[in-house]
Amino acid sequence: MTQASKIIEISGLNFYYGKTRSLHNVNLDIHEKKVTAFIGPSGCGKSTLLRTLNRMYDLYPGQRAEGTIAYRGRNILEAGLDVNMLRAKVGMVFQKPTPFPMSIYDNIAFGVRLYEDLSKGEMDERVEWALKKAALWTEVKDKLSKSGLSLSGGQQQRLCIARGVAVKPDVLLLDEPTSALDPISTSKIEELISELKLDYTIAIVTHNMQQAARCSDYTAYMYLGELVEFGETDQIFMNPARKETQDYITGRFG
Amino acid sequence: MINTNNPVYRRRLLVHRAGIALSVGAMAFGLIALLWILATLLVNGVGALSGSMFTATTPAPGSEGGGLWNAIFGSLLMVGLSTLVATPIGILAGIYLAEYGDDNKVAQVTRFVTDIMLSAPSIVIGLFVYALYVANLKHFSGFAGSLALSLIAIPVVVRATDNMLRLVPNSLLEAAYALGTPRWKVSTMVRLRAVKAGVVTGVLLAVARVSGETAPLLFTALNNQFFSADMNQPMANLPVVIYQFAMSPYDNWRALAWGGALLVTFSVLGLNILSRTVFAQNAPK
Repeated sequence: MTQASKIIEISGLNFYYGKTRSLHNVNLDIHEKKVTAFIGPSGCGKSTLLRTLNRMYDLYPGQRAEGTIAYRGRNILEAGLDVNMLRAKVGMVFQKPTPFPMSIYDNIAFGVRLYEDLSKGEMDERVEWALKKAALWTEVKDKLSKSGLSLSGGQQQRLCIARGVAVKPDVLLLDEPTSALDPISTSKIEELISELKLDYTIAIVTHNMQQAARCSDYTAYMYLGELVEFGETDQIFMNPARKETQDYITGRFG
Repeated sequence: MINTNNPVYRRRLLVHRAGIALSVGAMAFGLIALLWILATLLVNGVGALSGSMFTATTPAPGSEGGGLWNAIFGSLLMVGLSTLVATPIGILAGIYLAEYGDDNKVAQVTRFVTDIMLSAPSIVIGLFVYALYVANLKHFSGFAGSLALSLIAIPVVVRATDNMLRLVPNSLLEAAYALGTPRWKVSTMVRLRAVKAGVVTGVLLAVARVSGETAPLLFTALNNQFFSADMNQPMANLPVVIYQFAMSPYDNWRALAWGGALLVTFSVLGLNILSRTVFAQNAPK
């Protein structure tokens, strides 16, 4: 595997929920156009870490992060950063599908309209492009004006991925995107991830170790708010350096 | 095979049956009262329903016939105007409470005052508008009536909007923020939209509530024996006409009071049924 350039460099990151410290001095680099997986038991801080990358925690008073997260050379934790511009560049897909209460077409167009002034024809093309990227186009092309809520769970999740892709972000954060889905939808989304990484940098949190092994180029194993081990996925799964990692991936954790 | 003689099981079955009996009893009590009211209205009011009820104005004392056209028109006008005033104010205030209500003193006070307004006797609202508006202008008017009705409707809409918006899951809001959506757009285009049906229901319930209010109109719009579309003059309205006619010695007046009561009750019932069925169909899951 060739060394890709670093798009996000996390150093000395601490995170607090009120007084509780939930990330301890995390240092990690995310490489451009690669998939980085975060694994670890519940409560280890992997979702928290993901939510610092688009400053999602900003919505909740009392949550704060310390340290630096350099995104393309700029520290995104500094005050005065335009979080909306950051989130337009660093998109996110959540655990539960969250289609907006509007038509399938508008679900995709909503985010695009925030930052681009497209003609009707250009918007139609963008919606089609995004839905094709998310492998949903053939299933919904005849009912674009139907509500996004009318789709099945797996389709809704792909709609959310299409919505995230449509704004042409730089980085896509996936927070357990398949944990609420059936195996068929899951495998569709995993295929999708391997296609999307040709154009985007992806960071994925997953409880499913096979998924991390299948989809990712790099894997980070976290435990109790600390980054235990980080490296290329093959190495983490075949030959982990730390015994804790070995125990977790083989299911002998305890 | 389960032993049905098991004492634990038998006791549970007994408690279950007692609970069901109490619930059905309470349901029947409420339902019977409602059906009784509706039946009485139908029996006494249907006779008064005629074409002239919707064309003729309220009759003078001692005269024959007459209708309710001026009162129907006045009620529609005042309830309509107060809905137009209360809906935007109530929805905007509800959005403010839902967005900022948790960590802001002004919002907490607003919510508290709204709750007081919700339970304030409507006669107090009528007196307030009388003292502030009618006493200063020295005449009763349709505008004063609309103002009083608006003050009653606003807290209903605020509460409904606030409550509905709070049902929107955080995950949906986070998804909108994650696209880089500014707060005002998340709040109006995603959050409010997700509970659109519920908010419309709240507005319709407020309309239903004010269309039956009598006390606040007694002090504000008063009544008008003649047809008038001038909102700056005293204005006829169904609740006050019902109140006056029902206690009169004239047979045709009492018949019209029954007819008016029937009209108001079934309009409100219809609005409620509409808001609960048609709009509930596209409520959020």
